[in-house]
Amino acid sequence: MTAGLWEHWLLPGIWITIQLTLYSAVFATLVAFGVGIARTSRLWIVRFLTGFYVEVFRGTSALVLMFWLFFVMPLGFEFQLVPMWAAVLALGLTYGAYGSEIVRGALAAVAPAQREAAIALSFSPAQRMRRVVLPQAIPEMIPPFNNLLIELLKATALVSAVSVADITFAAQLSRLATGESLEIYSIILVLYFVLAFLLTRAMRLLERKAKASIGQAPPPGNGLLAKLTKGPARTAANRSGTPKSADALAPGGAK
Amino acid sequence: MTWNWDVARDFLPELLDGLLITLQATALGSVLAFALGLVWALALRSPTRFVRWPVGVFVEFIRNTPLLVQLFFFYWVLPSWDIKFSALTTGVIALGLHYSTYVAEVYRAGIDGVPVGQWEAATALNMARGRTWFVVILPQAIRRVVPALGNYVIAMLKDSPMIALIGVTDMLQKARSEGATSFQYIEPYTMVGIAFILISYPASLLMRALERRLGH
Repeated sequence: MTAGLWEHWLLPGIWITIQLTLYSAVFATLVAFGVGIARTSRLWIVRFLTGFYVEVFRGTSALVLMFWLFFVMPLGFEFQLVPMWAAVLALGLTYGAYGSEIVRGALAAVAPAQREAAIALSFSPAQRMRRVVLPQAIPEMIPPFNNLLIELLKATALVSAVSVADITFAAQLSRLATGESLEIYSIILVLYFVLAFLLTRAMRLLERKAKASIGQAPPPGNGLLAKLTKGPARTAANRSGTPKSADALAPGGAK
Repeated sequence: MTWNWDVARDFLPELLDGLLITLQATALGSVLAFALGLVWALALRSPTRFVRWPVGVFVEFIRNTPLLVQLFFFYWVLPSWDIKFSALTTGVIALGLHYSTYVAEVYRAGIDGVPVGQWEAATALNMARGRTWFVVILPQAIRRVVPALGNYVIAMLKDSPMIALIGVTDMLQKARSEGATSFQYIEPYTMVGIAFILISYPASLLMRALERRLGH
């Protein structure tokens, strides 16, 4: 790997991957909440249509969907997207469908008494959702959303197949230029791992904040490193992590 | 949208050829994933940390990096070490290895779910450690995680079109070559997408039914 390869391909590639992950995650979150809430609707037609959407997009392969948006949309509907946005659309729709199941599950897991209390206080359905149900459901969603976010990050590698210049695409170009497959692919595997690790830490922080805001303490240690250290033996990383989480517990517990 | 049934009819035999490869890759990948996953799950319960930690790091690394990059890694790096496989075999190895890290987690949950009394009974009957695992614990552990394992098979099926990108002639690759030779994109890609839904939706219904039955 020369400095030129890093500067011209790999670093812009990392930036593209980060952008793709962020845009797709935002889009998927919007879809997940919209569809997840709509699936609890009283109207059967809304439930049916959103259910159909979820089954179709969970049922098909993200890569095939991406190819479809990239090749069939321009021909069939005379509507062409920039490759980057076709990729964001494919990833957002697929992972939005997965995410909507998480939203639905978390909404269903809120204690029925909470809902009944809100009805008794004559909250409108929108107020009930916004002020009572969602604030309690959201902290429950964060750990599964974290897993989904990692899956999404990994799925962004697929965009290299429709020639978006992400990390994987940069790796292919670098391999063609230098032939050092082992070095290049090892480097980018580590890059993806580091990105996944950072995302997990960020989501842990978010979970802690969300739980503290409703006066709950997060369960200790379900981060990337903590998972490695099951049983009585704990690593140094986990030990240094514990006091930090203990600090964070105090305000939530005190509330 | 101009859908041409003639093109669709011409592509159908190709699609079925590709389907066979897709199913083959998924089936072989699943067998590999189930076997390797068991190895990881048992290694992660090893009494010594010198086994637990390296396996843990390896499993986390594989799980948190993209399957596509792992696929390229195997496809381009293994031949330079004089290990030569066909593209399909490489694809099966990558799929199997990647999903084995998920399957390990499923087995772990299953093993954790076996009541402590079963372990104690095995000890009381003076059973050897290997026998305890294979005759008492694993049969019970695996039974309760069958639906979860099935869901990963479905997930693997949906990830299997990635092997088209290393040149395996699965369904997606058939659609790509059809597009490249005849400039017909609409029908092949749409048919491939529908084929995936037609397989994975009934399969996921089956898993849900199985979950309900084994849940009690």
